[in-house]
Amino acid sequence: MLSLSRCTARSISLRALRAHHTQRPPLNSVTEHDLAHFAKFLDPPAILSTLPPVSLPADELDQFNNDWMGKYHGSSTTVLKPKTTQQVSEIVKWCNERCIGIVPQGGNTGLVGGSVPVKDEVILSLANMNKVRSFDPVSGILVADAGCILQSLTDYVAPHNHIMPIDLGAKGSCQIGGNVATNAGGLRLLRYGSLHGTVLGLEVVLPDGTILDQLTTLRKDNTGYDLKQLFIGAEGTLGVITGVSILTPPAPQASNNVILALPSFKNVLPLYEIVKRQLSEILSAFEFIDRTAYDLAVKHGQGRALSDQEVEGAECFVLVETSGGRREHDEEKLADLLESLLEAEKPLINTGVLAQSPAQFASLWALREGVTEAVSKEGKPYKYDISVPLSTFQEVVDGTREHLRSKGLLGDHAVKHVIGYGHVGDGNLHLNIVAESYTPEIQDALEPYVYEVVASHRGSVSAEHGIGAMKTHALHYSKSDVSIAWMKKIKDLFDPHGIMNPGKVLE
Amino acid sequence: MRPSPVRLLNILVPVKRAVDYAVKIRVNPQQTGFDLNVKHSMNPFDEIAVEEAIRIRERLKDAVKSIKAVTIGPPKALDTLRTALAMGADSSIHVEIPESAPSPEPLAVAKTLQEIIKRQKDGVDLVILGKQSIDDDLGMTGQMLAGLLGWPQATFASKVDIDVAKKEAVVTREIDGGGEEIRCRLPLIVTTDLRLNEPRYASLPNIMKAKKKPVEKFSPGDLGIDYTPRFETLKVAEPPQRVGGGKVQDVDELVAKLKEAGITAA
Ligand SMILES: Cc1cc2nc3c(=O)[nH]c(=O)nc-3n(C[C@H](O)[C@H](O)[C@H](O)COP(=O)(O)OP(=O)(O)OC[C@H]3O[C@@H](n4cnc5c(N)ncnc54)[C@H](O)[C@@H]3O)c2cc1C
Repeated sequence: MLSLSRCTARSISLRALRAHHTQRPPLNSVTEHDLAHFAKFLDPPAILSTLPPVSLPADELDQFNNDWMGKYHGSSTTVLKPKTTQQVSEIVKWCNERCIGIVPQGGNTGLVGGSVPVKDEVILSLANMNKVRSFDPVSGILVADAGCILQSLTDYVAPHNHIMPIDLGAKGSCQIGGNVATNAGGLRLLRYGSLHGTVLGLEVVLPDGTILDQLTTLRKDNTGYDLKQLFIGAEGTLGVITGVSILTPPAPQASNNVILALPSFKNVLPLYEIVKRQLSEILSAFEFIDRTAYDLAVKHGQGRALSDQEVEGAECFVLVETSGGRREHDEEKLADLLESLLEAEKPLINTGVLAQSPAQFASLWALREGVTEAVSKEGKPYKYDISVPLSTFQEVVDGTREHLRSKGLLGDHAVKHVIGYGHVGDGNLHLNIVAESYTPEIQDALEPYVYEVVASHRGSVSAEHGIGAMKTHALHYSKSDVSIAWMKKIKDLFDPHGIMNPGKVLE
Repeated sequence: MRPSPVRLLNILVPVKRAVDYAVKIRVNPQQTGFDLNVKHSMNPFDEIAVEEAIRIRERLKDAVKSIKAVTIGPPKALDTLRTALAMGADSSIHVEIPESAPSPEPLAVAKTLQEIIKRQKDGVDLVILGKQSIDDDLGMTGQMLAGLLGWPQATFASKVDIDVAKKEAVVTREIDGGGEEIRCRLPLIVTTDLRLNEPRYASLPNIMKAKKKPVEKFSPGDLGIDYTPRFETLKVAEPPQRVGGGKVQDVDELVAKLKEAGITAA
């Protein structure tokens, strides 16, 4: 009880402080006393802790404390793996009363340090909430626990001829709840739009433990404020998503893909226009990989490489995917496009390859999807996931490389590669700087440089990966003071004790 | 028999349109076969065979006079031939069977190939086939063809070296625990194993060119081959579903469960 009153006292004094946007006082650490409480409603395997009586060695928690890139490191003592929404609610309620920080964790594939603690917050893993609740093959509406892995949901709806509206390289590990929490974009956004449109409802445990059940399966529901939208992209700072209702589109009956080799980046934009016009409704992805990114993907075994002849003289590559309802129709359209591209007077492409089988289809995609993984195998990546005008993609990549060169940081001793790839169709560039190791010099050379470049193009400092712990200080490059002030008000309203994913999104 | 001193190589590559290996196979409700209304592509071992033929040409240049792909299959098998042509085959033969006809059996296929080889004016020096097709997994067409023709065979090849002047080939075969190197005289039957090569993608210019390459058509009647099946399929069934494991609380429970399942310490 002692701890409770301490927490209440703090929140009262906070109220006065908050008007001045002062930092909240530090949160409490988890104690044995807390573990004893959790043990009342959680099975023993659901509590992983270095504290007695569980007393696991610290390295058992490594996979939860460290992020996918090995860049962010938390020092949490305790991971909880509830199985039900009720259990999540009880955990959150207790932590709120005790002022213990909580980091909701999905597949821990986030790329901005949002999924690991900044200090020793409790990690609330959704991994054990992994059941499909319902699927209606007529409407295509899927309701699932937040901890369901994206790939397993794809497999679940496949026999019913549906696909998930979202797809990304991390699909084998990331969870639908994590996707929603980060408002992940991915490879199908061009065709199926963002999760703000495809998510129909959410079940969320609010920071005081209340269960907000908005798990509707209605496509249309204009009944006042659409609260669920706040949690999409909130990165776990407003509550824990426990259930997701999502609209899955019918599976396309035919899919094809090609990789086109371009002599110059300048051709990407005119190519995009032609491809859009000629393929119209069957165009489902238009992805860009620069030469260095391609070479890294090949070097690290992501998909079968094109022949030397085909890559010769290519400055960058574009992957085009079509999905449609009739194979013959789609193939004809695609063949017409490719023929006109090859036979053009001033061809925009050098050459290209067309998948001849599902295996090749997958292999071509692997060259694009595998870039993220290849970059991590090559070295320590600094990842900037930005929205800038398409016409400036190359300029941003080359500019960054030159900037690093001018600082003497380009070379095997510091930055090995500066690469660009991304979702051209969405104006989203992934600018990756692959370094030998993470160092303050490189960090200082990159920031605020990159953010200033983005701001000069009126772009976004985070197109799809979110803010996490990485970009809190850079939020102002893309959001006005007024926007940030209202975001803070919303945060305070939902989470007055500041327990939900502290240190993330807002400073 | 063929006395010309500057003998050039003519290569024949049989290819089959099969259910793609990435497709999940589903047994039909009548249990007479599996659902064929799915994505098909070239049998992967045949893709390796086409690739090998092209690589032999890349190595031996003009010494390879022709690479001809042949398929026995329904009208849609033409797509498979086009893929082979796009990869680099020069010409092709399509022995067309009706859409609904059952997949021909190895002996009939081997006899068809024998007949086709007989009809090639310039002869055939090398036949490269897949070691098996992934739909029925029978794995005997190459061997039967060698038997019918009385030619040497180098099966499960992981490396093929041709010496045109000597009319010889040195082939490394995949065998249990390693490789076996054999030397054979041409004409020769080679069947491909997975490690032989990694097939290339079909490039766009080559796909365009492939549309204009010749496809010679035959019906089974033209060749005098009877495709009536000799096998009778009694029943096709899925393997039994794997039943999920369970968790036990402690060692005692585990031991009890093991005993229940009839497993005891030796
Ligand atoms: C190889 C690779 C490729 C990627 N490709 C893309 C891409 O194309 N597009 C893209 O947008 N992103 C991409 N990402 C990053 C992307 O954000 C994540 O992969 C994914 O969306 C996060 O899901 P997760 O379950 O791993 O969440 P985590 O990493 O565990 O968490 C991410 C954030 O969401 C919060 N969170 C997680 N689950 C919940 C929940 N149930 N309730 C509340 N908050 C929660 C966490 O606290 C954290 O802030 C990629 C990552 C990798 C490693």
